[in-house]
Amino acid sequence: MFDAILLLMLLLLAIAILAGLYRAIKGPSMADRVIALDLISIMMIALIGVVSIYLETDAFLEAILLLGILAFIGAVAFAKYIERGVIIERKRDD
Amino acid sequence: MKTNDVILQTVASVSAFIILTFAAYLFFAGHHEPGGGFIGGIVIASALVLLYLAFDMETVQQGIRVDYKILTGIGIGLSTITGVGAMLLGYPFLSHTFEYVTFPFFGEMELATSVLFEVGVSLAVVGATMTIILSISEDV
Repeated sequence: MFDAILLLMLLLLAIAILAGLYRAIKGPSMADRVIALDLISIMMIALIGVVSIYLETDAFLEAILLLGILAFIGAVAFAKYIERGVIIERKRDD
Repeated sequence: MKTNDVILQTVASVSAFIILTFAAYLFFAGHHEPGGGFIGGIVIASALVLLYLAFDMETVQQGIRVDYKILTGIGIGLSTITGVGAMLLGYPFLSHTFEYVTFPFFGEMELATSVLFEVGVSLAVVGATMTIILSISEDV
């Protein structure tokens, strides 16, 4: 019973990832695609959590935190590229 | 155009320490749990990349005066020295050992010479990653 609930959650998360993938492919502007990629990362974090409950292991918990860090840094880098055109500036003029 | 990055800079300067703490955890967990020198170095490099994203190169290099190419050399040298040190004691190259030592406050802990090898790996990974990222971001 519990395994069936977990599999249902995995299915729903996979549907959510597919919906985010649709927005990432179809999105008219660049910001839509960046937000869609961020959403896919968050859904993958949830997916890893459910999978680690399903496999009854705690070996994947570091991967959850690592994926959160990488999603944040990636979103910040894309946002800065969209706004400024450069990602790492040599000297900020303010 | 004057831009205001106060939210990004505040979040980055707080969360860089959280990411570095996670990197230290991953480094020391590597002997018995998932983790190790490579992923510890990658996470340290990602914290540095977040600082470089939020601030600019000159500001970060005023705070962190490290030449990353020299850091790579130090790391590879340290890893090599741990291998050569085993040869000096009459064992094959890269033989590692460990011992249980009782400390006054922490109790019995396992000290392994593999940690020194992993420190070398970690420094090499941080140096190589930051060298690549800072080289390709040169805008001149």
